[in-house]
Amino acid sequence: MTAPVVEVHDLRTHLVTRWGTIRAVDGVSFSVGEGETLGLVGESGSGKSMTCLSIVRLVPRPAARILSGRVLLDGENLLAKSEQEMGRIRGRKVAMILQDPMSSLNPVFSVGMQVREPVAMYHGLGGSALARRAVELLASVRIPSPALRLRAFPHQLSGGMRQRVVGAMAIAAPPRLLIADEPTTSLDLTIQAQYLGLLKELQERHRLAMIFVTHDLGIVSRMCDRVAVMYAGRIVEAGPVRRIFKTPAHPYTRAMLDSIPRLGAKVERLTAIEGQPPDLARLAAGCAFAPRCPQAMDRCRVEAPPELMVAEGHTTRCWLHVPA
Amino acid sequence: MSRPDPPLLEVVGLVKHFPVRRGVFGWSATMVRAVDGVSFTIAAGATLGLVGESGCGKTTTSRLVLGLERPTAGTIRFEGEDVLELDRQGMRRYRSGVQAVFQDPYASLDPRMRVGAIIAEPLVVNERQSAAERRRRVSELLDLVGLPERSVDLFPHEFSGGQRQRIAIARALALSPKLIVLDEPVSALDVSIRAQILNLLRDLQKRLGVSYLFIAHDLAAVAHMSHAIAVMYLGKIVEHGEAAALALEPKHPYTQALFAAALPIDVDGGPKEAVLLGEVPSPIDPPSGCRFHPRCPYVMPRCAAEEPALRPESGRLVACHLY
Repeated sequence: MTAPVVEVHDLRTHLVTRWGTIRAVDGVSFSVGEGETLGLVGESGSGKSMTCLSIVRLVPRPAARILSGRVLLDGENLLAKSEQEMGRIRGRKVAMILQDPMSSLNPVFSVGMQVREPVAMYHGLGGSALARRAVELLASVRIPSPALRLRAFPHQLSGGMRQRVVGAMAIAAPPRLLIADEPTTSLDLTIQAQYLGLLKELQERHRLAMIFVTHDLGIVSRMCDRVAVMYAGRIVEAGPVRRIFKTPAHPYTRAMLDSIPRLGAKVERLTAIEGQPPDLARLAAGCAFAPRCPQAMDRCRVEAPPELMVAEGHTTRCWLHVPA
Repeated sequence: MSRPDPPLLEVVGLVKHFPVRRGVFGWSATMVRAVDGVSFTIAAGATLGLVGESGCGKTTTSRLVLGLERPTAGTIRFEGEDVLELDRQGMRRYRSGVQAVFQDPYASLDPRMRVGAIIAEPLVVNERQSAAERRRRVSELLDLVGLPERSVDLFPHEFSGGQRQRIAIARALALSPKLIVLDEPVSALDVSIRAQILNLLRDLQKRLGVSYLFIAHDLAAVAHMSHAIAVMYLGKIVEHGEAAALALEPKHPYTQALFAAALPIDVDGGPKEAVLLGEVPSPIDPPSGCRFHPRCPYVMPRCAAEEPALRPESGRLVACHLY
């Protein structure tokens, strides 16, 4: 196996608020290889977006601080780079697609200007070569009549088309790592299916490493090779998608899979996860899921479980799996 | 004609057109055909799921049922009575019999009111009760939705999203309605909380015999909650039938594509979804014939010319020339 494109080691990002310190990302480690997709799943507040923002060092300041850890992109630690160097890495080596395309596009510039900007910057193109490349980019994200669309403004496009434009800008370099943070949440179902197909195609063409943030396990099963489940700032389970969906090791993963209504399975009651997601400013000692866990033991409330290996490439943070 | 047992809600040929302003010279005759001839019934104690993509008219349909908009044409009958013919008092009665729970419990609850006052508000407006009776009813409602009694003195911001949605449900139940319109009731909630609320809604239906009009884009949740499902596309119902059968074996090409795009958790099957091309056309100028024909993988010459009627096909209604 070749070296991974991105390796995250023991990343810690905390937020200092007037309600106390929130450990948004609390010792997260993972890696993603070339052409591979890692799904990052969890509920709101579990730290998945903050993990992604930490990788590109765009955490909201001054509240958030990256306290420790390493983010290696092709072996180079991004957390040790100067702000100037980071400016050259963002977009060029690491690109992001966010949930709302309208917040990634500038409403007062035409699509053409916004697509040409990164191309001119990364490749030093100008004039007709630049114009040609912009048309090619829009065509590669399957926007119909691309030359015409370059003159349009974002508000004249549908949500699906806007998100395609964002996709075109993201692959302008093309980057080594693509972070997609809930890219289809604002899209309709049939448009979502189109967009997911497009992302897969772009990834294969450019051999991109991809981090796909979502709370939709159906999307994970369609898009990802491996999945990392986050709860209260930690990865509680990680491994190959197929294995985790078939034999989840962590009670939270299992409960989440059980609580989702499935087509064709007629059940009277869903197995709900009782209780509420934890208040990150007031985390008790021990496992953060323990208060909601049906299998919690005394030990779980006192001591946070370490990362344990369940099988080759499949890890979990749960005392149930401590070797006897 | 007198029928022995009219359904709780009967909607026939419902139409709602909105005028659109175009250009600087004011109103023109252009219409958005948001709902264009929709018919369905909901029996007492049953759930009808309404699915479709944004702009298909499902929210407009729910607003018509709630009496928040007047239809351009068509009738709505509630317990056999024509709702559009009701006088002020009748309309008041209807409105207290039909309640709603909306998507965002952060927007639907007044942040300056205590939970007790929020839940009691419909009682204050609609019923003459003593303060003590109201208090008793509020604590009964809180118990019904699984919130502790001390919630009455708290404000909405002291609750999580799931708990807020419970408050909204308690308020909707205050007047013992016969029908509740649930417009995306769980989509704003965390995944681990959704099952709690869906279970609560089903329990309440069993205990109180209330009917639901359930609108959501999560097809698996709709299939789980509903007795019947109606699929809408550009203002029309394209398929309507028993929930489990429709979800397992959709007949209309649009329903098929929609359910294929719903991405069930499936780690064994390969990529099998038929990805639809193109986007939903504008309801201002819908396509001729079958409105789905420009995107349909099985399109025939007839589809562009002739609009298919909603006809019975294997135990349900389908509007498609294939059948």
